[in-house]
Amino acid sequence: MILQMLVEAWRAMGANRLRTFLTMLGMVIGVGAVVMMLAIGQGAQYSVDQSISSMGSNLFIILSGSSTSGGLRMGSGATPTLTVADSQAIAELPEISAVAPAVPGVAQIVYGSNNWSTSVYGTTPAYLTVRNWTIAEGYPFTDSDVRSATRVALIGKTVAQNLFGEEDPVNKTIRIKQSPYLVVGVLGAKGQSLDGRDQDDTILIPVTTAQRKLFGTQFQGTVRFIMAQAASSDRMKVAERDMTDLLRQRHHIQEGAENDFSVRNLTALANTAAQATRVMSIMLGAIASISLLVGGIGIMNIMLVSVTERTREIGIRVAIGARQRDILTQFLMEAIFISISGCTIGVLIGVGGAFLVNRLAEIAVVITVASIVMAFLVAAGVGVFFGYYPARKAARLKPIEALRYQ
Amino acid sequence: MNSVIRIEKLFKEYETAAGAVPVLKGIDLSISSGEFVAVMGPSGSGKSTFMNILGCLDTPTAGSYILNERDVGTLNADQLAHLRNEVIGFVFQGFNLLPRANLEDNVALPLVYCNVQKAERSKRAHEMLEKVGLAGHASSLPSQISGGQQQRVAIARALVNRPKLILADEPTGNLDTGTSREIMEIFTKLNENEGITVVLVTHEPDIATYAKRLVKFLDGRLIYDGDVAEAHT
Repeated sequence: MILQMLVEAWRAMGANRLRTFLTMLGMVIGVGAVVMMLAIGQGAQYSVDQSISSMGSNLFIILSGSSTSGGLRMGSGATPTLTVADSQAIAELPEISAVAPAVPGVAQIVYGSNNWSTSVYGTTPAYLTVRNWTIAEGYPFTDSDVRSATRVALIGKTVAQNLFGEEDPVNKTIRIKQSPYLVVGVLGAKGQSLDGRDQDDTILIPVTTAQRKLFGTQFQGTVRFIMAQAASSDRMKVAERDMTDLLRQRHHIQEGAENDFSVRNLTALANTAAQATRVMSIMLGAIASISLLVGGIGIMNIMLVSVTERTREIGIRVAIGARQRDILTQFLMEAIFISISGCTIGVLIGVGGAFLVNRLAEIAVVITVASIVMAFLVAAGVGVFFGYYPARKAARLKPIEALRYQ
Repeated sequence: MNSVIRIEKLFKEYETAAGAVPVLKGIDLSISSGEFVAVMGPSGSGKSTFMNILGCLDTPTAGSYILNERDVGTLNADQLAHLRNEVIGFVFQGFNLLPRANLEDNVALPLVYCNVQKAERSKRAHEMLEKVGLAGHASSLPSQISGGQQQRVAIARALVNRPKLILADEPTGNLDTGTSREIMEIFTKLNENEGITVVLVTHEPDIATYAKRLVKFLDGRLIYDGDVAEAHT
């Protein structure tokens, strides 16, 4: 019975090929647009998620305060108010899982005949945990390196490439501002940060080495900023409050006086970026869905025409024993047939288009099985939804009127 | 003899803007199994409406209609469809074949609606086509054969589900005299050899003579019910 109806649906569609093709085209464009837009939207989301996870999750950055001298206000970090001791105190807080102080600077690095200018961070091994950073080769430096301020360095991928090329950098000695440093390891690749900087163009050395031997400072033990990671995302608020209280207490700040440091939630920033992409992909999807809707209306339109044209046929079928639901099923089947075939072609075109965009515009695209399955279900739904009214109209025709129709 | 059709005090009115228009005004008629009845009457006499009710395509306003021991007035649309499928075979003036389906599929169509399997459908369709003399044309389209042949296909379709009753509404109206005679001979054979009850509407007295009994309508009433031969004397 169902098979017979499929054969008849095929025959009815074959009877007017151009019309069937044009009706299908509506679905093809609709589904193709949805699949492609979902792929692009999800691709954008994927790149943002990638950047966020490369930054590290649940992150705070604590900057030392601004100073004012003679009405001239300096920016954050101008006065070194934070110390390694502050960082150790923060690490004691229960909401905080990892803390790393940082002393940044820029230095010229030399290896053999190559040289390269890059940013050098004096920090502790915890920095790798906070930033969610892996070691590609060799080993990280240790807490004892930090205690004894040894001249060891972890170098980023970009630095390794520029200084060493094909050579293995581990256990080689580089010179940072004339002093020799032993390369103990190479950091795993992280790629671009959210603001487009190359995160792999960096060198990590023990914080004590940076303070005492490389950059030097008139304030003993101070750091420019501290990075802290909360144990979980729902404890970010508590962690922020506790860190602020702790630092105010440690810095002897009076009630009502301004902080000499600032605590910033980096994850919040990243979340905003993620939200923006999410909104964008929803908008892309919504716009594409409109074309799917228009395609569906196209099907309904053609099915209504088809019912009118075939009134006499319906009359014959009813006269020789077709029940209402036989007629309903037959017309519904035709609508679903058109929408499913349109959808299949649409998915192919959408996937192809997404790959083309990926190639030509070099935008990340992500095609998931879920989005294709969803497109299919929606197409079948559109077929049923927009096919139902014409099919019901056909099923409810009175046999004598249908037979009399010319 | 048991009756296939038993009609008592049948009334039919159509609702129009000007009020109810009576079309059938109290018909009593009983047709036994194996009869060959011709229905005649001028346009507007109510014979088409009567045939529609007889074919369960329309329902009466009042009165009772018992078809094959079942009271048609108590059945819903789907039960009526089932009854049409099992008991009645229709032959129309305009043939009413499906233009896109080949002859085999056209003949097998009633079987689709009573869930007969594909192989059995095909077998019975071929048998019926052979019976009406179109054995070699199973895969032709209706547009490829003549009017007379199309009407034979329609008869094959009417017969495929082994009905008790064939309702033919001006089956020769679109055909020339020679072809008309061939078609009428098929009906006669079915009636005499297989005992199928045939009710035939026509306005040609020549065609009516193939039947044994004649029923005449005028202004919604039966004005004659008797032997065909006597009506012309």
